[in-house]
Amino acid sequence: MSATALKVRVKLRARHPLVAYAFRRTAIAVLLIALVSLIVFAATEVLPGNAADQILGRGATAAQKAQLTRQLGLDRPLLAQYGSWIFGVLHGDFGQSLASGEPVSTFIAGRLGNSLILAIGALIVMIPISVVLGTLSGVRRGRPVDHAVSGVSLALIALPEFVSGTILAVVFGVTLAVLPPTSIIPVGSSPLTDPKILILPILTLCFAGSAYIIRMLRAGVVEAMASEYVQAARLNGVPEGRVVRRHALRNALAPTVQVVALTLQWLVGGIVVTETVFAYPGLGQGLVQAVTARDIPVVQGITVLLASFYILVNLAADMTVIILVPKLRTEL
Amino acid sequence: MSEPLLQVSDLLVTTVAGDPVLDHVSVEVGRAESIGLVGESGSGKTALAHAMLGFARPGLRLSGGSVRIAGEELLTKSETDLRALRGRKVSYVPQDPATSLNPSMRIGDQLREICRIHGRQTETEEIIPTVLGRVDLPSDRQFQRRFPHQLSGGQKQRVAIAIALACDPPLIVLDEPTTGLDVVTQAVILQEVRRIQRELDVSLVYVSHDLAAVAAVADRVVVMYAGSIVESAATDVLVARPRHPYSRGLVSSVPDHRRARRLRGIPGVAPAVDDHPVGCVFGPRCELFTDACAAEQPSLVALSSDHWVRCIRSEDTPPPTSEPRLAAPGLAADMEPILRVQELVADYRSRGIPFTAVDRVSFIAQPGECLALVGESGSGKTTIARCIVGLHQPSGGTIAFDSRRLQPSARRRSLEQRRRIQIVFQNPYESLNPKRTIRDAVSWPARALRGCSRQQAEQEVATLLDRVRLPAGLAQRYPGELSGGERQRVAIARALAARPDLLVCDEVTSALDVSVQAATLDLLRELQTELSLTMLFITHDLGVVASVADRVIVLERGSLQEEGDVLEILRAPAQPYTRRLVEAAPSLMATENGLPSPADVP
Amino acid sequence: MIAASQPRLRRNSQTLTSSWPTRISLVVVVLLLLLVIFGPLLTPHSPTAELGPPFARPSSAFPLGTDYAGEDVLSRVLVGGRSVILIGGIATVIGYLIGGVIGLVAGYQRGLTDSILMRGMDALLAFPPIIFLLLLATGFGNSLTALTLGIALIHVPGVARIVRTAALETSVRGYVEAALARGDRVRVILRREILPNIWGPIVADGGPRFTVSILLVAAVNFLGLGIAPPNADWALMISENRSGLTLNPLSVLVPAFMIAALTVSLNLLADQIARAHGSSVDVQAMRR
Repeated sequence: MSATALKVRVKLRARHPLVAYAFRRTAIAVLLIALVSLIVFAATEVLPGNAADQILGRGATAAQKAQLTRQLGLDRPLLAQYGSWIFGVLHGDFGQSLASGEPVSTFIAGRLGNSLILAIGALIVMIPISVVLGTLSGVRRGRPVDHAVSGVSLALIALPEFVSGTILAVVFGVTLAVLPPTSIIPVGSSPLTDPKILILPILTLCFAGSAYIIRMLRAGVVEAMASEYVQAARLNGVPEGRVVRRHALRNALAPTVQVVALTLQWLVGGIVVTETVFAYPGLGQGLVQAVTARDIPVVQGITVLLASFYILVNLAADMTVIILVPKLRTEL
Repeated sequence: MSEPLLQVSDLLVTTVAGDPVLDHVSVEVGRAESIGLVGESGSGKTALAHAMLGFARPGLRLSGGSVRIAGEELLTKSETDLRALRGRKVSYVPQDPATSLNPSMRIGDQLREICRIHGRQTETEEIIPTVLGRVDLPSDRQFQRRFPHQLSGGQKQRVAIAIALACDPPLIVLDEPTTGLDVVTQAVILQEVRRIQRELDVSLVYVSHDLAAVAAVADRVVVMYAGSIVESAATDVLVARPRHPYSRGLVSSVPDHRRARRLRGIPGVAPAVDDHPVGCVFGPRCELFTDACAAEQPSLVALSSDHWVRCIRSEDTPPPTSEPRLAAPGLAADMEPILRVQELVADYRSRGIPFTAVDRVSFIAQPGECLALVGESGSGKTTIARCIVGLHQPSGGTIAFDSRRLQPSARRRSLEQRRRIQIVFQNPYESLNPKRTIRDAVSWPARALRGCSRQQAEQEVATLLDRVRLPAGLAQRYPGELSGGERQRVAIARALAARPDLLVCDEVTSALDVSVQAATLDLLRELQTELSLTMLFITHDLGVVASVADRVIVLERGSLQEEGDVLEILRAPAQPYTRRLVEAAPSLMATENGLPSPADVP
Repeated sequence: MIAASQPRLRRNSQTLTSSWPTRISLVVVVLLLLLVIFGPLLTPHSPTAELGPPFARPSSAFPLGTDYAGEDVLSRVLVGGRSVILIGGIATVIGYLIGGVIGLVAGYQRGLTDSILMRGMDALLAFPPIIFLLLLATGFGNSLTALTLGIALIHVPGVARIVRTAALETSVRGYVEAALARGDRVRVILRREILPNIWGPIVADGGPRFTVSILLVAAVNFLGLGIAPPNADWALMISENRSGLTLNPLSVLVPAFMIAALTVSLNLLADQIARAHGSSVDVQAMRR
């Protein structure tokens, strides 16, 4: 790096450490997304037998395959294919589905809303309950409340979503028959027109997700409650309620942000299985179907989208923590 | 006679398992009186300090007795009532301000909070500037808006004191408030505390392991050992003529730069909470021990109106030791220096920005002498030691050992050079591999550096342990089973296994209790004379230097300020920085005016 | 004075039998592991033979009824755990080997090597785990090798981070510096000083990590992208037999229960072991 550039860089760092940090992290995030797209592209193009085989099926002749291959540009070097794919992505064009022919972006757009409804619904239910329970069991560590909450969450966290989802479907959908056991809706309509189909998937997500949040939040709260400044506040005569609120919990904010971020990331993976269990028409189920059918453009499109979201959540969490914790700014 | 402000009677504090941490302790503090609570690890002094606020840290219980402040009994109060009392009737200054101040709360807000919870919210705008001024801190709005991490160590401690003063309590308990601060800052804080106590007429309880610091602040000293008070007397009486054998051992162990004498220490180890001996708790370690001492724990007896001792043989306790230091090996003065450091420069990189830790330092060490490297943190003394041993690459200058240049990195040096230079580090809890037995650790250097076979090396272990005054049976134990002092001796034995000519000691006693430190220093001096070792002794403690070193080098921020014979420099420092250090260093010999008394001539 | 440290074996067995939930978990896990080994010997019928009508109710011939293809549910349940446990186990071990080496090198060497390696780890962490596995399934088809290696790769960043932290903390300890000052060779230092001291965090991490592997394998199998029919696998059985839920619910519920029993017990045990080494499952998760 040239001397001037180094000087500028050091100056920026010294004067506006927050801005410099934001720059750095954003640049890294962009790089990561690019890297992810490369990995996605490479992983899906690995197998011999390309898209042309998929589309034409087994009965096609070699000539037909060769012609289609040329048409789709599949005979170009891989790097060139990657290049044009990326170019398309940056313009919103994710290619076309091998199975149905429709543009992948349309496919995604159709399902993105449904997945969002599911995710947001789950978050609205999960977060308040888990934050309260996690904080409570952390503050009252070792007491019966803590044992109960910790025990149950330790068990729930290990229960796979497809097991809890299936059991919920059996209990409420078949035995009691009060809720639909699957969440199939007519193509094109929104799940909100028949909210009953949302209940079981959201419940399934909540079981595992809340356990996740509760346990991590509890760990953060326990650490804050055991700190030296909490003991000092008690010795200064601060009443316990205020000790918990202003001294312990205020300093547990940073871990809480990280927990929320981790939950959002977990949710990305969680919807894949949960949507499949309930046949819910979201991105997760779409992805699974595409993988099963080797519908490569759809797989590439959804994967890059979900991975980018994953990376951006990290970025947002890091920035929020820096803003919330004044001390960290000096270490930038 | 007015009722004492604080009255602790028969206080019993136990662990959850029932073992006594404070064994029926009674002590009183009068109005405007300042007492010092002195003890080493495990003495129970912090538990007693906490109990004065009706507090027991997690894992301990206030099991019996009484603590009364201005007539109010604390041990029967509910937690809510106790909180109301704390800060108003009695307040606490914690040990480590870096961790005890809420990192997400501004200084001004922390002070405001204290005022508010004690019903003084209307007066906060007067109280806060006043109290900040009292501890010599700026009181403007901008300073109040700072967060703790934006203050220096000394400033943080002063904020903690300000918080304790905010609601004018009649009693303040300070728990080792100068730990971790450098010597000059410590001296300033001690002065401030003394001044505040006088100006405001408050009562002080000053808890510390450092007898010299306590002596600078307290009118009366209470000595604690293994959960009991063993002696209580006016400060000058205790320092001049302690009557309990433990107090005597303690006073004899305190290093003092105004009095270069041999430090002896106290044999043995303090008992664990679940392992108290029958009878006098100090008995097993006491040189005056008789069978009568083992019959039962003696009670506190008044030798005069304000001198109490818990010992049946207190009449026979000799005065504190005052032997001259062990002489240096006295090798021929015309020999070549064994170590020659020339124009040494060393850097560190912090977040990409280099900073100079050692700035062209040059010195020599003669064979058989003990050379002390003295300075505060950041002076570069440890960096120099690491360069000599090959753990840090200097960026300039040379180091020659036995007239031959040393490679910067230890790995590149010859076997002989690596063998003849050995180092012992500061932290006893990290100096030994916890997964290896003592025998394994101590025998390894002989195998790696002298080519001994495993049998040969292990046979030497018993001799080495004996040399560092440890029982041979320790060889099969693991470091986790040893105390800090024992581990440090094992580290010394390990270094000696290589049969070195130069031993570098990097703050090797800074993490040890006073009496353990004294014993270790005595051991090192003895080893040095027995084995004709050259020793490079790195420390920040001038008192230690006085007892152990022949020559001294004073460092400030990487550059050499002064060097010369230890006694001369301590008696008459030439450079201003050295003078500041000498004046700031705590000493039992100093009277309240800070002037040396006639008795300090070595 | 610090009390004598008990031999590690006794301390560990004390932990494992310390409370009722832990004891039950231990029994369950041991039973399931035995099932993995001896299952195939106990099956009354061949697990892949289509012997009866689909979704038949339990009878003396088929104690748990039959599944969608008329295969004996009991036999399939007895052998259905092998794939999950074996693949999960092998993937975890491979993840440890690769991640462990990376972490050790990064933590000991520090400096530029450390930065490069850890940036690489960050790149791997940019993927949601199950989506990464789906990606591999697209590229490699229903390949169990790809699945195993994929799960191993998912673990590598987490293991590397834990080993690196342990190695870093250990490298700055006094006894390592003493070894450096002696000029001990790097190999010797790693063997004598560093490795023995990083087992603790690794063991604490191992249990939860194995549980995660099993959950991932099960999820992929459930989605039909791992083990293929007619092989028997608990997770696969749940999705295969979904259509016959009203006819023979046991064909779905029994494998569901088996997986739940395995993962929940394993997690309880893992938490106890982690706690004995000073941390807990949640701390691991947060540090991931």
